[in-house]
Order: sequence, then C-alpha cells, then structure tokens
Amino acid sequence: MSGWGRKVVGYLGAVAAILVFWQLAALALDSSALPGPVPALTAFFSAFGSELAPHLAVSTWRVVAATAFGTVLAVPLGLVLGRSPRADAVAAPLIFLTYPIPKVVFLPVLLVILGLGDASKIVLITLIIFFQLLVTARDAARAIPAGSVLSVRSLGAGRIDVFRHVVVPASLPDIFTALRIGTGTAVAVLFLAESIGGTTGLGYYIVDAWGRLAYDAMFAGILGMALLGVVIYELLEVAEARLCRWTRVER
Amino acid sequence: MAGLVAEAVSLTYTGVGRDTVALDRLDLNVADGEPVAVIGPSGCGKSTLLLLASGLLQPDSGTLRVGGARVAGPRLATALILQDFGLLPWKTVLHNAALGLEVRRVPRAERRERVMTSLARVGLAEFVDSYPGELSGGMRQRLAVARALALDADLLLMDEPLSALDALTREDLQDLLLELWRQRRHTCVLVTHSIEEAVFLGRRVIVLSPRPGRVASVVDNPRMGEPGYRSTPEFYERCAELRTLLAEEGAVGGLVDRETGLIEAGEHR
Repeated sequence: MSGWGRKVVGYLGAVAAILVFWQLAALALDSSALPGPVPALTAFFSAFGSELAPHLAVSTWRVVAATAFGTVLAVPLGLVLGRSPRADAVAAPLIFLTYPIPKVVFLPVLLVILGLGDASKIVLITLIIFFQLLVTARDAARAIPAGSVLSVRSLGAGRIDVFRHVVVPASLPDIFTALRIGTGTAVAVLFLAESIGGTTGLGYYIVDAWGRLAYDAMFAGILGMALLGVVIYELLEVAEARLCRWTRVER
Repeated sequence: MAGLVAEAVSLTYTGVGRDTVALDRLDLNVADGEPVAVIGPSGCGKSTLLLLASGLLQPDSGTLRVGGARVAGPRLATALILQDFGLLPWKTVLHNAALGLEVRRVPRAERRERVMTSLARVGLAEFVDSYPGELSGGMRQRLAVARALALDADLLLMDEPLSALDALTREDLQDLLLELWRQRRHTCVLVTHSIEEAVFLGRRVIVLSPRPGRVASVVDNPRMGEPGYRSTPEFYERCAELRTLLAEEGAVGGLVDRETGLIEAGEHR
C-alpha cells in the first residue's frame, strides 16, 4: 500500500474510534452540553455553508498569516544568532528574559491597542510562533557539526554559501518540529483570543453558541477548530516531506 | 604546480585553562606531484597541518606555500577530505559531488558533466539520486573522493580518510586512491594512523613526534606504486622500519598494534 493509502486508512480508523468513544461518552453523561456525534455532525454540515465557513476562513487566515510572519522573522534571526557568537552575546540575554513570559498574557494589552479585529490576534500568535522558532533555530544552528562547515569552507564557500548549503538545511527538521508544536499552541491561543474579543472566528462562534445554549452549534464550531488543527498539521507534514527528504531515507 | 612547502610553522590552540601547542616550528617540503604520507601518534598535530595547508587555519608563525604562493585562505585547486568525509546528509550524491563546483559558480551544465565523470570514475554513477545515509561507508568515501576529483584538484589533502572503514573496503579504496594518483599525478598529503596505508600510498612517509608536532623522521619509499608492492618483502621491511621509528616516538606512550599496524592513542598516559 502506498504511503498515502496507509495514511487515509489510519485516519479513517482513528475517526471511527473517536466517534465510538464520543457516542459512548454522550450516552453515559446524558447531558445536553455533550451532544452525540450525529447531532453535532448534522449541525456542522448544515451550518458550514452558511455561518460556519466564514468564521473558519477568518481563523485559518489568522493562524496562517501569523505563522508565516513569525517564521519569516524568527528563522533567519535565530540561525544568525546560532552561528555568530558576537550577535548572540548581545541578543541571548534579551531572549532568555523574554522567552519564558507566556505571550498570552499580552492579549488584553493587544486588544486595547490594536482593537478587536485581525491585528490583535495575528500579532499575539506571531509572538508565540516567533519565540518558539527563534529559540529552536538558534539551538539547531549551534548544534551543526564543525566538520560539515569545515568541509564546505574548504571548497571555498563564503558565509552565504555556508548558510545556504549547511546551516539552513541542517536546521530545517528542528524548525518543522517547532512549527508543529508552535501551531498547536497557536490554535489554542487563537480560541482564547477570539472568544474574549471580537465577533469573528471560530473562538467567537463556539462561545457565542455556548451563550445561546445551542450546544449542537457549539460542537459544530469545535469540529471546525479540530479541522483547522488537522489541516495545518498535514500541510506541515507535506512541506517537511518535500524539504527534508533526506531524513526519511532508510538504509 | 602544487608543491607544498611549510617553513617553521607553529600553531597553538588557546583552550580553557591551558593552551595546546599543536605544531612547533614544523618544516615540510612536498614536491609537485609527490604523494606523501604523514603518520604519528594521536594529537601530534597531523590534522592541524592539513587545516593549515588547506587555508582554513592560519599559523601563529612561519609560512605555508602551495605552488610558490602563500596560503592565505582556501585555494581553488586544493581538495580536503576529512575524517568523517565531510558529506552533507541533506544533499544527494550528485549535489554532494557538485558542491565544490557550485560554490565556485561553475555553470550548471558543465557542473553536471564534470560531476558525472568523476562519479563514474569512483563507481557511483548509478547512485546519483541517493542520499549519503543510504550509502555504505566505502561508498561514502568514494563520494568524498569524487567531490575532490570534480574540482580537478592538483593538491589532495586527506585526513585519515579510510579510518572508519573495515579492512577489505579499506584496501579497496587504497587501490582506488593509488590508481587515481597514477593517472593524475596530483600532489597528495595523506594523514593516517595506519603503517601499511602510509607505506602503500606514500612515496615518502613523514613521522611526526607527539605534541608539539615536529618532523621526527622521514622514510623514503621509492617503490611505492609498483604493481603488487603490497606483497613484496620490501613493503614489509618499510613497515617494520616505520614501526620501530614510531615505537621510538611512542616513548611518551604511543603503542603500535602489531596486528593492524594502527597506532593506539596513548600520549595522555
């Protein structure tokens, strides 16, 4: 069976298991706050065409844009810091002091300054992705074996060549791992941000449905959130498989 | 012209707490087209010598010249093969072999042609799309050699290039290196731990003293490269001679393993 075939079968099996567990839990709890999969899925499909899809699109845009901004800003900076002890000496203390601060605490500040629209959410998530990738890229660049750099330099490579042929490709697998973890956090924070401020996005949709006691609709929103997470994860998988083919070779 | 001349070359590594004198006023003269083997106990500065000759390190004092010109940085026609082969795991065989040409901005079409020729010479033509992780140790070593060949290097510096290979693969590659030298007549400095390898691949064998590294003695080996040299009495005599010389240098602790001809690291004992 091909890799894709195996993947689809795997996903189908997992979905079946989750549906069974969900149905059992709904029967056991017998609460309107936990509808079974049938009403939830019905609500999902009926709402999708009308009100759900725009909210899903807004949330997707926010996560994707913030991830792109964060990556573009953090990766080059992190790689340079990892390879340049002088730049690192200046920046490292700053990073060590700011990295441990949970970025989500800035949500109220950002909502006040940037308003309830896209900007506050995108900036918050960019911050999260930025720090995650900055620290990972820096560590990955530092860990590159001296032999790889020496051999390329002995061929006459300058700094740019060393980055292009050694530093960037060597760090990519770690950067993808950080992206997977980072986007997971990003979706969680997005929910929080959208549920607190604004009238758009899946976070708003879920909390709004909750307030109206429309639990089927609430679960439609939760399903949308899950879909968003799965799609981002899979996109990263595809990108990694293309860019880091060498990590998948078998001897 | 790619003769290598070192005059009173000294280098000290500055470490945490204490400094290490790697080379102390080392003199060396390798003629153009001459294959030389450098042997000595671990930590005698053999690798340092190659990094200096390749222009990746600068000496604290003394000068190195290749083809008469002072070595101020990496030189286009010098190829360095490191102990771990210096291959990049994220590049295919083709791109690893082409790396030197790519860095030198050689046009793509010419690059491909030269790389395919050199890969064919080392027997890797069928593996252009493989990654180093898919190759055996011997094939990886061949790839490192192909990369040097693609550069059309006239000075080949090798730092224990075969030390990670099993005995049979090792002899196989020694034959390949000898054959390439016979065809191309490049200047060659081979740093090795193995007495047999030094005698097989070095027309002269330079014995370095333990840290700080200086030339302790030089063994002439004029019959190197003759067919079947490996099984002649003279080959064994040269090996025995070197073994004795190394045992003298080993007064500080280096031991020669009689079975393998390898020098056991021991200068710290």
